[in-house]
Amino acid sequence: MNPAENNSVCSAKIDASCRVPLLVLFNGAGLWLILGLLFSLIASLTFHKPEMFAACPCLTYGHTIAIANDLLVYGFAIPAALGVMLWIFCRLSQAELALPIVPVAAAHLWHLGVLVGVGGILSGNSTGYTWLEFPRASAMLLGVSFVLVAVSAVATFAQRKERELYPSHWFLLASLLWFPWIYSTANLFLGSTHPVRGVAQPIINWWFSNNLIFVWLALVGLGAAFYFLPKISNRPLNSRFYALFTFWTLILFGTWLGIPAGAPVPAWLPTISAFASLLLIIPILAVAVLLKNILIGANVKCFGGNFCYLRFGSVMFLVSAVMLATIGCPKYSRVLEFTWVGQAQIQLQILGFAMMILLGAIYEILPRIMGTELPFKKLVPVQFFCSMLGVALFVIPLAIAGAKQGHAGFDPAAAKFWLMISSSGLLLLLLGSFALLLNSLTMTLKWKVGLVKKVIAAVTAPLPNTEVKS
Amino acid sequence: MKNGFGVFYAVVIALGLSWAGFVVAPAVQLGTAKRTTVLVTGDNWPLQRTGAATLGEQVYRANGCVACHTMQIRQDGVACEVTLAKPGKTPEVVSNLLATLKLSGLTKEEADATIEKISTAGGKAETHVIPTGADITRGWGVRKSVAADYLYDAPLQLGTLRVGPDLANLGGRMADANWHLVHLYAPGVVKGSAMPSYKFLFEVRKVGSAPSSDALNLPKEFAPADGYEVVPKPEAKQLVAYLLSRHADVPLYEAPFTPATKP
Repeated sequence: MNPAENNSVCSAKIDASCRVPLLVLFNGAGLWLILGLLFSLIASLTFHKPEMFAACPCLTYGHTIAIANDLLVYGFAIPAALGVMLWIFCRLSQAELALPIVPVAAAHLWHLGVLVGVGGILSGNSTGYTWLEFPRASAMLLGVSFVLVAVSAVATFAQRKERELYPSHWFLLASLLWFPWIYSTANLFLGSTHPVRGVAQPIINWWFSNNLIFVWLALVGLGAAFYFLPKISNRPLNSRFYALFTFWTLILFGTWLGIPAGAPVPAWLPTISAFASLLLIIPILAVAVLLKNILIGANVKCFGGNFCYLRFGSVMFLVSAVMLATIGCPKYSRVLEFTWVGQAQIQLQILGFAMMILLGAIYEILPRIMGTELPFKKLVPVQFFCSMLGVALFVIPLAIAGAKQGHAGFDPAAAKFWLMISSSGLLLLLLGSFALLLNSLTMTLKWKVGLVKKVIAAVTAPLPNTEVKS
Repeated sequence: MKNGFGVFYAVVIALGLSWAGFVVAPAVQLGTAKRTTVLVTGDNWPLQRTGAATLGEQVYRANGCVACHTMQIRQDGVACEVTLAKPGKTPEVVSNLLATLKLSGLTKEEADATIEKISTAGGKAETHVIPTGADITRGWGVRKSVAADYLYDAPLQLGTLRVGPDLANLGGRMADANWHLVHLYAPGVVKGSAMPSYKFLFEVRKVGSAPSSDALNLPKEFAPADGYEVVPKPEAKQLVAYLLSRHADVPLYEAPFTPATKP
């Protein structure tokens, strides 16, 4: 890492330059996280009593589950990841944020886009494609604001003093190019009034979903983990070669997954995907070696602190990726395809891996950009334990429900009990999720009150003697 | 990788390859697909949907039905079955031969060999191609779904999770529109159903001078109060028309089978 980073005066200035855009990104992300988990819980409650929300056309399961998933990814994960990315780029570049007004405007646009998207789904205007449910107006807002944030991030990257790239740079820069590419492709081929014909639609949809949920989240999650884990534990990333190997194999193999084995498409497509899920073992092993080198023997005391979030999240990446590779294997997918196991893997990837790493990073960043401690510091470990237990209670029962359902020939009664248990995991996750918004919003308000006080003090200050005399 | 261009090239290579493979190639291969023909009869396939069914596809999309239903039958393979069509001039010889032969669960080659043996004995036999697989045993379909079935779907919502049953061949296996209307209004008519009611697609209203001919014939526990009737709104009718338009039950070149002969 850059030795100049230890210059604290300089770092404080750099951190302060990120303050406004990051607050907008994190406050919105905090709100969408709560709402996303709330919708997920509402969706899950439908399994306790199907009639529960039947009176309200808005709250059908098809609406609530789509909103829940989209809020967790587009509402929480992407803006949170963008904020973390901007800060990491500033720190690694040892430069203040370039074009700071651009990400501020873009963050507002992004949150507006998410709001429009949720309204679209609620009013029955979802597109019908998985992970692309937001209607076209929303998709345009999201696409434009992502590119705007990326411009600012790349401009900051270009200011760097040290020319050599740090491993996090590869992952995060790649994610900045990745999202506009996949999102524009998916929207151009599917979102228009004349989508491509027949089964070409789900093929492109699967390609997009895998590249967003698996590859994109892996890029930002691992990029952030490879920055913060060495920083907090004060041990170098060992080694740069393994990181480079992970990066290349992840983007070379990971991007070919996603076509289910039994899909009604030309046979060469699922065959490639099945082969790619076998090859996925290679980047998984490389990440495992990297994490082993840094986590085992790391002497960091954390009782639910930031390091715990990052450690739990990065280990969950291994679990989620192994699950994905297993589901991709034709032998298991015969039984597990179309069951809850696939959903369990997706939720583990989003909540267990991406959310935990991003939360750890945000709690590390917030005190620095504001120059004060977190106002509700004790809520951070509370959220950690709630989320850890919540993820376990949510994902494990879903996986069991999937296995039962697969063996019982999709009899809905087989999975019901375990689906009901999974609701309790969501409830815990929801309870914990208030910590982020409480912390970031209180900090924002305190800071704004401080600004107003400063202005009032400046206006009402008595004239200095020197001015009276002259 | 020493600078940003290295990362840029890495992304262009990795994502570009998969983009070419999973976006461009399928769009080229399948984007120009045309209607195909049904084996034996030579009819066109798939059939164009009626207006109501086309509107119903949008009701299906708007309510997010895809979250719980797939529209895709999977198949493990096919088994051949040999049946005797004509006993010929020496029925005793043929029937003695049949008793010694394995007639079902055959591969195509075994079936051909069996037919050869029967015809040498003087009889005439036929091969029936029967798809096998869990989805077909469940009765959800008669053959696997193939790309040609989905030519006219937009958006095509194959689905990834089966909370409820598969709908790929719903029109082929449960063709009663009234049953579907009742089921949408009161899913409880099926014991243990996990489906919520779609009451908002229906109108509960006072019976006028005469009961509506559209009124649902509901079982007692789901029926409205006396003097009231449940009438489907247009959306409900369109949705059912769409569900019934889902067929995957004709033999195609890529999914051959012998249809059950109508009695």
